[in-house]
Amino acid sequence: MILLTRKAEFSSAHFYWNDAWSAEENQRVFGKCANRNGHGHNYTLEVTVGGEVDPVSGFVVDLKQLKEILEREVVSVYDHRHLNLEVPEFANSIPTTENIAIAIWQRLEGKIPNAKLHRVRVYEMPDLFADYYGER
Amino acid sequence: MKAHLSRRYHFPASHRLNTEAYNAEQNREVFGKCNHPHGHGHNYTVQITVSGNVDPETGMVCNLAELDAFAQTNLIDRFDHTNLNTLDCFRELVSTTENLTIEIYRIFQDFTAAHLERVHVEETSNNSFDYAGNTDPSFI
Repeated sequence: MILLTRKAEFSSAHFYWNDAWSAEENQRVFGKCANRNGHGHNYTLEVTVGGEVDPVSGFVVDLKQLKEILEREVVSVYDHRHLNLEVPEFANSIPTTENIAIAIWQRLEGKIPNAKLHRVRVYEMPDLFADYYGER
Repeated sequence: MKAHLSRRYHFPASHRLNTEAYNAEQNREVFGKCNHPHGHGHNYTVQITVSGNVDPETGMVCNLAELDAFAQTNLIDRFDHTNLNTLDCFRELVSTTENLTIEIYRIFQDFTAAHLERVHVEETSNNSFDYAGNTDPSFI
């Protein structure tokens, strides 16, 4: 099996807030990320898929097709949007880097022909990223 | 749901590769320019990977502020702008980045808010080292 990774980027706003908690508790746990006016990041997404190399094409997956899937399923939904306010999966879930990685996995699972989703990595900043490998 | 979280930290330090088990000539032969007598330095980058279930209330594997505070006290305050050879952990050990990676793994085992998966240390942009305890670090 060969692993193949494709990157994509999106820029989004978010804030961290749990409605079940008081304002003081949100502030204590989430610090400056709890500012309700939000803030933003340039996110980098790395999607790794695994599969066998097609003997004719030499591809695991068609990279152009993978790029289109990432664009349609993720980038067009997240890019230049407010994650808490405009992306449905974060209406009831805090858009931490961990939850973004899980949400992107759920958006992509089963949508990539001829390959198995191996890892979703989301960089919030170059020094902070989360990985999700599905349920295992 | 289990996720992995990785955070990168940076510190410059100096070191010299030399062992008393070898004579001067053997040290020069084995360690090359890393054995130059007055030492040299690197900008080290340390990447800590922890894992755990994402807390449904916080959306987090662990609170990043807690990990940063632990790293400040136990990594940065201890190694930043030091000569690694003068530290207790390298009194008996050559201060290679392999040994540094293992020492940092040992240190972060005391961070109890999440499970330590792997320590990755970049000595230069062309050299990096991984240690995951008894687990094969190539699993990621």
